[in-house]
Amino acid sequence: MTAPLTAAEPLVRWDWVRDHTDDITAAFWEHLHLTAVAVAVGFAISLVLALVAVRWRWTYEPLAGICSVLYAIPSLALFGVLVAIPFFGLGFRTAMVALVSYTLLILLRNIVAGFDGVPAAAREAADAMGYERWRRVLQVDLPLAVPAIVAGLRIATVTTVGLVTVTALVGKGGFGDLINDGLSRDFPTPIVVGTVLSVALAVALDVAFVALEWLITPWARAARRARAPAGAEVAP
Amino acid sequence: MTDHRASAPADVTLPVDVPPVDEAGPGPGPPPEDGGGEAALRLDRLTKVYPGAPRPAVDALDLAVPRGELVALVGPSGCGKTTTLKMINRLVEPTSGTVWLDGVDVRSLPVHELRRGIGYVIQQAGLFPHRKVRDNIATVPRMLGWPRRRIDDRVHELAELLDLDPDLLDRYPAALSGGQQQRVGVARALAADPPVLLMDEPYSAVDPIVRARLQDELMALQRRVHKTIVLVTHDIDEAIKLADRIAVLNVGGVLEQVGSPEDLLREPANDFVADFLGDDRGIKRLSLLRVGSAALRRGPVVEAGAPVEEARQVMAREGTDWVAVCEGDRLRGWVGADDLDRVSSVAAAEPRPFAAVVRADTTLRSALDVIVTSRSRVAVVVDDPHAGAAGASPDARYLGVLTLDDLAEGVTG
Repeated sequence: MTAPLTAAEPLVRWDWVRDHTDDITAAFWEHLHLTAVAVAVGFAISLVLALVAVRWRWTYEPLAGICSVLYAIPSLALFGVLVAIPFFGLGFRTAMVALVSYTLLILLRNIVAGFDGVPAAAREAADAMGYERWRRVLQVDLPLAVPAIVAGLRIATVTTVGLVTVTALVGKGGFGDLINDGLSRDFPTPIVVGTVLSVALAVALDVAFVALEWLITPWARAARRARAPAGAEVAP
Repeated sequence: MTDHRASAPADVTLPVDVPPVDEAGPGPGPPPEDGGGEAALRLDRLTKVYPGAPRPAVDALDLAVPRGELVALVGPSGCGKTTTLKMINRLVEPTSGTVWLDGVDVRSLPVHELRRGIGYVIQQAGLFPHRKVRDNIATVPRMLGWPRRRIDDRVHELAELLDLDPDLLDRYPAALSGGQQQRVGVARALAADPPVLLMDEPYSAVDPIVRARLQDELMALQRRVHKTIVLVTHDIDEAIKLADRIAVLNVGGVLEQVGSPEDLLREPANDFVADFLGDDRGIKRLSLLRVGSAALRRGPVVEAGAPVEEARQVMAREGTDWVAVCEGDRLRGWVGADDLDRVSSVAAAEPRPFAAVVRADTTLRSALDVIVTSRSRVAVVVDDPHAGAAGASPDARYLGVLTLDDLAEGVTG
């Protein structure tokens, strides 16, 4: 932040981009890797927590409360504490703890909302037809909760992509490393490249989830079409 | 297809000795201990007290459901009819008392196996929105591990039985109308050919026209499959229409009366039952009786070739200003007294078709409607498979006439 950018310095110097394609590619893979692992681990933990919360309803508020606290901890403070612990230190583990913590609240709330949204009649019918509890959860409740779960995954993923740039502070930042580099040198090109690609990655992953949902919930489209004020009445 | 259905009960895991009772005839398994009179389902001092409730939801209920009969549980809200139903397949566990299913205490069976052997139909169908219609219907056979081929056959058989267009099988439930969804719900409940079917307000979520049609379909279906059915409804007319026997429950799950619709309407056990049946019991009884059961009168009728004078004599005798015209037993229509002024024979007067006719299988209630809306206050009874809203067809055979007096005779006599 020492000298203002000179007029002569362009926003993006394409020759720098050309010379650093390897660094940019590496940053992309690291960013994707951190995001994917964090969301996957966060989802696994949240799913277990959600199943517990749905089965034993009284646990829901305490569990959501813990996740809220984790969500509310400022990331800088969390990094400060974790870096001081030898097991975590600077690097992947500290970055992962922070990233996973921030997905839990969003995912837990959405998964539980998804289970709550399962039509009571479908659930009663499943019980009455002799589904065991685990089978019903797996084959009826879970599929019907997919739209709400995917909605949670989309928010969690987009948030995580943004947060990964911050974990550059502990040495694992994907595109965040490029941004850090640019900031420390008053050199705009890596800042712009890192920011644009980070946003692009968030959008791409979001679109990927929309496509995934489209693929695995054909029934939800049928339901939307049915709710639409169609002129064609179906015969009784 | 029918052979296949006959073998179905062998795979139902419910350990009860129920021979298949559908039209396919007897299948494997030992015969029932005695004829058809034995109860397939018996509730024995069945009681449910919900924790914290001031009084029982169901109180020491005794009820026997004979094999192949449809028993309706009716009563005001809070009478425990749904709780009673759910104690049969243990969706609700009784506080005390026993449900006997073919002589077996339902608590002695693993709950999931018990439920797979009992069909269940609920309000708004309760279909699985994420499964295609064919997969919804196949739910229980799949759990029972039927081979794929057999499941496919069964699904198509049920689609036919319930008049579901095969195109619908590959749609999701949301694309179906309420009536279609309810039919799929019944198909799903019947999929593994369970001997017992529980129905919880199955038609309360569909509009009255569709409801009437689904009720007619259920009656036709029951004539083919002869299931033991327990139907919960708050609609006394539905119970009268569908049930072989009606159990009237009062608040707190107290059984006030059980009997055939005719018994209840003729002799309600107490004021509660009488009130619940409504202040039109006589009219309701008319809906249980058919025109064929009433004593028909010959009425004012002449041969087409008869002279005008004979027609006038018939009208004078019957006190009408019209006369039905027949050729043999074929109904040609009617002529009015005025039509006869300018002609020499009845046939020359060009008989006009009857607009409102009833058949032997018309209910007396519908006949009453025809009588009070017809100009002559008489319903003409015909044997005419093609008769419809437009009146008699040219094939109609004349059977006689029905008047208000005849209807009253049918109810009180």
